[in-house]
Amino acid sequence: MATSPKLDAKIPDGPLESKWTKYRSTVPLVNPANKRNIEVIIIGTGLAGASAASTLAELGYKVKAFCFQDSARRAHSIAAQGGINAAKNYQNDGDSVYRLFYDTIKGGDYRAREANVYRLAEVSGNIIDQCVAAGVPFAREYGGLLSNRSFGGTQVQRTFYAAGQTGQQLLLGAYSGLQRQVGAGTVEMYTRHEMLDIVMIDGKCRGIIARNLVTGELERHFGHAVLLCTGGYGNVFYLSTNAMGSNVTAAWKAHRKGAFFGNPCFTQIHPTCIPVSGDHQSKLTLMSESLRNDGRIWVPKKQNDNRPADQIPEDERDYYLERRYPAFGNLVPRDIASRAAKERCDAGYGVGTSKMAVYLDYYAAYERYGKGEVNKRGIHNASHDQILELGKAVVKEKYGNLFDMYKQITGEDPYVVPMRIYPAVHYTMGGLWVDYNLMTTVPGLYALGEANFSDHGANRLGASALMQGLADGYFVIPYTIGAYLANEIRTKSISVDHPAFVEAEKEVRDRITKLLTIKGTKSPEAYHKELGKIMWDKCGMARNEQGLKEAIQEIRALKKEFWSNVKVMGDADEFNPELDKANRVADFIELGELMCMDALDRNESCGGHFREEYQTEEGEAKRDDEGYMYVSAWEYQGDSAWELHKEELNYENIKIAQRSYK
Amino acid sequence: MEGNMNLTLQVWRQKNSRTEGRMESYKLSGISEDMSFLEMFDVLNEQLIVEGKEPVAFDHDCREGICGACSMYINGRPHGPLQGVTTCQLHMRSFKDGDTIVVEPWRAQAFPVIKDLVTDRSSFDRIISAGGFISVNTGNAQDANSIPVPKEDADASFMAAACIGCGACVAACKNASAMLFTSAKISQLALLPQGQAENATRAIKMIAQMDEEGFGACTNTGACAAECPKGISMENIARMNREYFAAEIGTKE
Repeated sequence: MATSPKLDAKIPDGPLESKWTKYRSTVPLVNPANKRNIEVIIIGTGLAGASAASTLAELGYKVKAFCFQDSARRAHSIAAQGGINAAKNYQNDGDSVYRLFYDTIKGGDYRAREANVYRLAEVSGNIIDQCVAAGVPFAREYGGLLSNRSFGGTQVQRTFYAAGQTGQQLLLGAYSGLQRQVGAGTVEMYTRHEMLDIVMIDGKCRGIIARNLVTGELERHFGHAVLLCTGGYGNVFYLSTNAMGSNVTAAWKAHRKGAFFGNPCFTQIHPTCIPVSGDHQSKLTLMSESLRNDGRIWVPKKQNDNRPADQIPEDERDYYLERRYPAFGNLVPRDIASRAAKERCDAGYGVGTSKMAVYLDYYAAYERYGKGEVNKRGIHNASHDQILELGKAVVKEKYGNLFDMYKQITGEDPYVVPMRIYPAVHYTMGGLWVDYNLMTTVPGLYALGEANFSDHGANRLGASALMQGLADGYFVIPYTIGAYLANEIRTKSISVDHPAFVEAEKEVRDRITKLLTIKGTKSPEAYHKELGKIMWDKCGMARNEQGLKEAIQEIRALKKEFWSNVKVMGDADEFNPELDKANRVADFIELGELMCMDALDRNESCGGHFREEYQTEEGEAKRDDEGYMYVSAWEYQGDSAWELHKEELNYENIKIAQRSYK
Repeated sequence: MEGNMNLTLQVWRQKNSRTEGRMESYKLSGISEDMSFLEMFDVLNEQLIVEGKEPVAFDHDCREGICGACSMYINGRPHGPLQGVTTCQLHMRSFKDGDTIVVEPWRAQAFPVIKDLVTDRSSFDRIISAGGFISVNTGNAQDANSIPVPKEDADASFMAAACIGCGACVAACKNASAMLFTSAKISQLALLPQGQAENATRAIKMIAQMDEEGFGACTNTGACAAECPKGISMENIARMNREYFAAEIGTKE
């Protein structure tokens, strides 16, 4: 297979280890005087957006940053729990840039680009340095040095963390840096603003149309370049661990204007989430993967066993991950842990009232930590209860906020009864296709962080999303954007009265008017729920040809109904969350169709994409490297019409193997 | 219907910042005790849409207690009756069948109402912009482990850094003071060796901005810490005052 001529990944020549070092030393620069005249628009203020905004402003560019939330600090990166990976090898346990690179490629089931992933591993250490310097209070050992924990899919301890609130601490660090630039006047911050289209002039992205969500006013903003740092699209499933406002709208508008969408069907179902409790449920809550460090996952050995967990003796429990994958045990990658949970529940071994859950049990950890504490404190003849209490205190320090959250949501005390967990949609590896510079197929338009497709292949390893967001924003885009902007120093700021801005604004206004005038009978929320059900049932944890074909038809019908029967309350010229929601749901519906088409095209199982027709006898994913070792990049060609372009993946430094964690 | 709770809601409705607001009463039935408080509001809004009425606007996003967006003043308390819990993490099992629940927006001069229960908290961002950071440009950093931080200091810094910027402290305070919020950031950075260089200017600038935004002074009532969903301690206010006085006495200008 040959890569489509429309996809030039611009990967630098030379050996893998020196590609980035050489490239960043030779990429064109923009001199400081010219930077002052170059305007960069950044959409989204999560880890990728906030770090890019502050860094580009420090370099001297004129930056405008936009977020739909009321403050940059509320971007959904804030909710990341477990940690951030870096190849520091502080634990002296054999970690290295190469090993992080290797783990990430293997974890992604050999569907990510070597050069991008290697660069990510290379800059990972700089991220930790930067964050510590900026005052991020990572967890530390008694000697005052940084602490590490393990995460799935690896056998070293390379994850840095701040209790179960690592994303919060990293985002607040990046946000502080951003607000510092806002205070200095080098970043203009637009909160409660949503990007509703990009503006194209002479084949280049030259700005955006944004809606002021407080007044409803449509605004035009010029930029020499536009960076989409808008996160993932997991909310296409309605129920996910994403925030309520997380949406695909900015990326989707860019897609409709020419940015190819990469691997849309690669979604990550996270194995450890709090199970659904009823139809009222508005979102799902993650229980950090770090809990699999110390917790053991099990179900009863007997089908439909209704006994409470503490009445099921040890030898009647099936620790199925430890049984199936002895080398990695409870720390297998997410896709594998999720499918294993689904397999047990589908076979009738699930627990809880819904029977769609498995246990995550901390009893062994209480005993283990408790014994450690007894030794540390020199307590002799400690009773078993005393050991358990001491162990619980240790667990509380490590994971206290997560246990509290579980208790709030379920009403059960996880220090007393094992947690019940079930997989839920969490992250999207797919996203806008980008080259090595992080530029999309639209010149001048970039995608960073979860919004792009580039680093995680078909499955992301835990604690790697934070790493990628900050790598892209702090250490990649500040260099790579020079390759484009060095040729833009003669481009004067374009007036927003340019016909292209007028036209783009009119398109946005017409769509808003249309949404408000349908005056049908069903709320945007109701359509979102229906879409989510189709996606979860037919394009979720397991997919097959027939289901995907049905889903495409059902989504097309849903789209038709939406545009003739949606009921959007309120007006255009006011604060109107219903209108915001309707706009987003309309885009999710179109994306859902593309995801199903992509899943249908990929006649193999890899990572998070599990096609039931393609599995081994043991039920493991069966890749087809001959036929599908490519990135799917979809070009929008009109209503329900796309053309597929392929970027061939070449592995020159890693030997392709059947992925095994046994 | 999923549950069997019947409730009366008294909710603050206000079209925008230029118009006057008023309380409106709504009846809800079939509420399940497993619903979160915001999911109960989702049910209310769906019901209002069916009736052709404007749904209630409220801020919310992550719904797992960390983004700090949700901000309801429930039965006279920010984030409702439980301690250490945001509105989104409050569940209906904390209420009982037949209850009347009063829901208002945060009330503070520095948090003007945008619509219904939504307020403008951008004053918090401006306080951070005034000095809530360490001035380190990307690329300046040395190796992370070259700065050892005693575990107790790192832990105390983290406890202060856990603030989610929701504004419950301001809403709870009779003076609408933002001292707990401001002091949490000042403490986080003052407790770390990396933050030392800017301690004096940070305290002076952030406090000046806090005053300029129209937040009140602190009279040590302690309502802020009692209502803080993240358990931010009043010790931070004491530390901020120490930093401030030291800075005022010690500045060279």
